[in-house]
Amino acid sequence: MSAQPNGERPESGTPLLEVRDLVVHHGQLRALDGISLRVFPGEVYAIIGANGAGKSTLLRTIAGLHSPTAGSVLFDGKDVTGLRPERRARQGIVMVPEGRRLFGSLSVEENLQVGATFAREGPWTIERVYETFDWMRERRNQTASQLSGGEQQTVAIGRALLANPRVLLLDELSLGLAPVVVQRIYGMLPQILAAGLTVLLVEQDVSQALRVASHIHCLLEGRTTLEGTPASVSADQVEAAYFGLAGAAPGSAPEGSES
Amino acid sequence: MSWVNAIIQGILVGGLYALFACGLSLMFGVMKVVNLAHGDLAVVAGYIAIGVITVTHIPVLWSFLIVVPVMAVLGYVLQRTILQGALDRSVLATLMVTFGLSVVIENGLLQFFTANTRGIGTGLALVSGSFSIGSIQIGYLLVVIFATAVVVLLGLQYFLSASRYGRLIRAVADDKEAAQLAGADYRHVFGIAAAVAFGTVALGGIAYGMYAQLAPTTGTDTILLFAFAAVVIGGLGSLWGTLLGGVVLGVAQQIGAQISISDETLAGFIVFLAVLALRPQGLISRGAQS
Repeated sequence: MSAQPNGERPESGTPLLEVRDLVVHHGQLRALDGISLRVFPGEVYAIIGANGAGKSTLLRTIAGLHSPTAGSVLFDGKDVTGLRPERRARQGIVMVPEGRRLFGSLSVEENLQVGATFAREGPWTIERVYETFDWMRERRNQTASQLSGGEQQTVAIGRALLANPRVLLLDELSLGLAPVVVQRIYGMLPQILAAGLTVLLVEQDVSQALRVASHIHCLLEGRTTLEGTPASVSADQVEAAYFGLAGAAPGSAPEGSES
Repeated sequence: MSWVNAIIQGILVGGLYALFACGLSLMFGVMKVVNLAHGDLAVVAGYIAIGVITVTHIPVLWSFLIVVPVMAVLGYVLQRTILQGALDRSVLATLMVTFGLSVVIENGLLQFFTANTRGIGTGLALVSGSFSIGSIQIGYLLVVIFATAVVVLLGLQYFLSASRYGRLIRAVADDKEAAQLAGADYRHVFGIAAAVAFGTVALGGIAYGMYAQLAPTTGTDTILLFAFAAVVIGGLGSLWGTLLGGVVLGVAQQIGAQISISDETLAGFIVFLAVLALRPQGLISRGAQS
């Protein structure tokens, strides 16, 4: 369903998004401790980990909502670490934030219009969003806060797509949604990817992430504990990396590998 | 008949209060700035109008064509500099900063223009003239001011609901971080909202200068208080609530004045306190139904 579900990564060429030795603090707390990753065009790159592992912090730092203490974020080879979130969004790093975060007093259509206001050139138009998510058109004048959680999540994705992102950051799509709704939303991914998109997603639901991702990256307490394609890692390895069990981290990027 | 007269005068003067209140309400609704300098800025606009009329000899009524843009630019600049600087620290800091701004403006005006009161367009037929319906005398000016308030509110409503920037202003008011993720620079959007609010306050200042007299202290001792009262009575964040609040305040004052001329201001604030006590969300409230 995704670009290369279980095969080789397209490691050749330049990564679309690269994070180098990222360190982020929340006050005294070291939320991320030397994280590096490379996301190649067309990939679905999943970051997994338990609550508080630093997944959302990583995504928010890439989007520009947190400033790192050290390290850098590169987009298409250019350093964007100092750019504000709105500049990054206009360049094509667009995030669907955790908890949907729709503009609650605006209608569905107005939410989409805001998403399209600073859009890059690209395939997504409001018309196309309505074609992709067919229920949305007839409810376009409804206030966003009146929608169900799953509907809100879909509008949030539509709003992000309208910016015509090059890399779409999805933060915990499944949070607070019924499993069947989560299935449906993840089921839309191939359709979205067909438009030539790269996805970096954060997910607590490991089985969901393993199903859609071409590459997974497990975090534990701000450090990388496992990295690889879903095919190359065993369930035991994932479990060990996820929970930080002793004898873990035989993956391709064990703890302490960063200098 | 004098009671009917009081109510009609009260309704009309409510339009003036709405002109003061809508900018205050907008700035609070969008950036959570309680602008304590709001009244002083109205006075500044009035003084600018006097200066513009004196220097250019343009008709009094057309002075707004210069004053409104000047105040809008001032609003944008103030928002992007000291108000945003305060917002980046805390909401409380904006109270301190706008209070400081109020003191600076008031003393600056005293320094340069003395404590003398000044009117705008005194002697014009529009300002002093009136027409009568039966035994009730209605001033042309109050009718024009009321009509201006309605046009301003209609314009604001259209701007906020139908224009690109209006939509962004509402989006940023809902969730500025989400707006950033959609590519919107919320600081710029705040600046636009402040420009619009200052434009309305400019109209309020000119209107007040024609209706009454402006002095350096008018901003805090009259305009700001009435603007606050109108916003609270009408309901915070509601555009048309500012007109309703202004009208209720105006009618209360005029009825108070009927009882005894010294009770005019008192009656207005009794209604204000009653609304605060019995219906703190205001007569029209945006979020109360949900």
